[in-house]
Amino acid sequence: MGRYVARRLLQMIPVFIGTTLLIFLMVYALPGDPVRGLFGDKATTPSVIRALRHEYGLDKPVLVQYWDFMKGIVLHFDFGKQIASGRPVTEILGEAFPVTLRLASLAFVIEAVIGIVLGVVAGLRAGKAADTVILFFTLLLISVPVFVLGYILQTVFAINLGWLEPSVTDPTDFNQLLLPAIVLASASLAYVARLSRTSVAENLRADYMRTAIAKGLPRRRVVGVHLLRNSLIPVVTFLGTDLGALMGGAIVTEGIFNIHGVGGTIADSITRREGTTLVGLVTILVLVYLVCSLIVDLLYAVLDPRIRYA
Amino acid sequence: MPELTKSADEAVPSATTAAAGAEVSEDKPEKTRSLWGDAWRDLRSNWIFIVSAVLILLLLVMAAWPGLFTNADPNNKDLANHYLQHPNYGHWFQADWLGYDAQGRSVYARAIYGTRASLLVGAGTTVLVVILGGVIGMIAGYFGGWVDAVLSRLTDMFMGIPFLLGAMVMLNSFTDRSIPVVIAALAFLGWTQTARVMRGAVITVKSTDYVQAAKALGAGTGRILFRHVMPNAIAPVIVVATISLGVYIGAEATLSFLGLGLNGVSWGNDISDGGNSIRVAQWIMLYPSIMLSVTVLAFIMLGEAVRNALDPKTR
Repeated sequence: MGRYVARRLLQMIPVFIGTTLLIFLMVYALPGDPVRGLFGDKATTPSVIRALRHEYGLDKPVLVQYWDFMKGIVLHFDFGKQIASGRPVTEILGEAFPVTLRLASLAFVIEAVIGIVLGVVAGLRAGKAADTVILFFTLLLISVPVFVLGYILQTVFAINLGWLEPSVTDPTDFNQLLLPAIVLASASLAYVARLSRTSVAENLRADYMRTAIAKGLPRRRVVGVHLLRNSLIPVVTFLGTDLGALMGGAIVTEGIFNIHGVGGTIADSITRREGTTLVGLVTILVLVYLVCSLIVDLLYAVLDPRIRYA
Repeated sequence: MPELTKSADEAVPSATTAAAGAEVSEDKPEKTRSLWGDAWRDLRSNWIFIVSAVLILLLLVMAAWPGLFTNADPNNKDLANHYLQHPNYGHWFQADWLGYDAQGRSVYARAIYGTRASLLVGAGTTVLVVILGGVIGMIAGYFGGWVDAVLSRLTDMFMGIPFLLGAMVMLNSFTDRSIPVVIAALAFLGWTQTARVMRGAVITVKSTDYVQAAKALGAGTGRILFRHVMPNAIAPVIVVATISLGVYIGAEATLSFLGLGLNGVSWGNDISDGGNSIRVAQWIMLYPSIMLSVTVLAFIMLGEAVRNALDPKTR
């Protein structure tokens, strides 16, 4: 087990370097200049620009910049300075990440709980009316883009009915985050439901299910332990990679509900071509993704004792 | 429709099944009972497949000849007469049928003309993704060893980039976001899933007897890959591709919402515009959204129908 984790951690290193380098190259290789953007329409002298570019290390070759950036992160946990404000990127990350993490976690819980419940209900009644309704409902959720759903729910529940706040004024209040979290969770919820439905419907026909029923176990135990535990493996795989995707995808939801999280910061840094801020944010998202996929692999062994890691 | 499911029909063909069989075999003589032949027989009696196929055909016609559906000009602005004018539901298929937007443009005409951009982005991205991901997955799966290790890590790297963010970064540097630019950006980030599916399928096919036989007969690598491996490994890729075609259409709309989508008439732009006036004029956002969702739905349903037909286990 320990050796397996160590090997997986080692394998993560090239992937981590590759992904961050890709983002870095995408930001820097493409045209645009964050320093020139600082001045807007105002005239400035080339020497000022040169001095600023030097201060932020933008005059060095891209690969050297990447090397410096990575060295800063690994050695001093230093993500550089935001060019527009001059503040350290860690400070900006510290403000934005908790907000998005809270939103994404709430969405994650909604997605996992409702998704699995719907999926199991549909799977147990495969081919019946409940199954058809759930399948259709989830298809609908998948086919409506997140931002359309966001606008619709915002208009109906917050503006027309007045049940919830249309925009989030206090990102620590879970009541206010509920609506955005539902919107953020919607598409993934549908995938989770469909995935668990297929899995449950397939495993219902398995031999161990027949055995469990034949030896007279109560239905709750057959479904809750034997069936669920075996059916959840593909669902856990999806959920594991989805937490990172939720944080990255929160950009749309945050825009609609006026939440000041990672999404807004990312959108700002993209339009201002702020490489360091952007790469810093994405670096953390990539780390979340990698750690989650490792946890998923380790969870397999918990769910299915036949899987062993030497 | 006569019964086609009983296996006895194949041994003692009745007149109708023989005719149906002949229809299939005219297409591909040697493949009457192949995977695809079976799937096709299954699909023809599946109403979900028929509905989604008809919808997609209709959308294709709409994309090719939008003038057939409306005589209004999607770019004609008439602020003086049509600013946020309410829909006139009695005027079927007229310019004012679904109302006007904040620039006095016909919502109906724009919904029709937006089809082309969305379908082109979806189809173009899918084709590129299948080529790119298919080739990478095939090479990784077939050659194995260090080639597989390198290509699989490369896939992991691209998979680690959040899709939306990556697309935003790329598209932000283009002021002229034409259809090929958007396709290239989406495909650059989207090929990973196809590559993984293809790799898995190729690994399964690689060890089959017919591939070994081809090898023993001295067939070249290229011939083995394209004549034997690819045709037998492509089925799951086509399923994934059909479903993700709808997803790419949705992604383009989301990018438009973020201000980084296509230039010109597209559902994404219209939905995004409509969001600004949703409290006074819901119809601006509603109708392009319905078009978009129906399109995405049609492709997902088609993909799932094909998957169910190809994979008897889920039946």
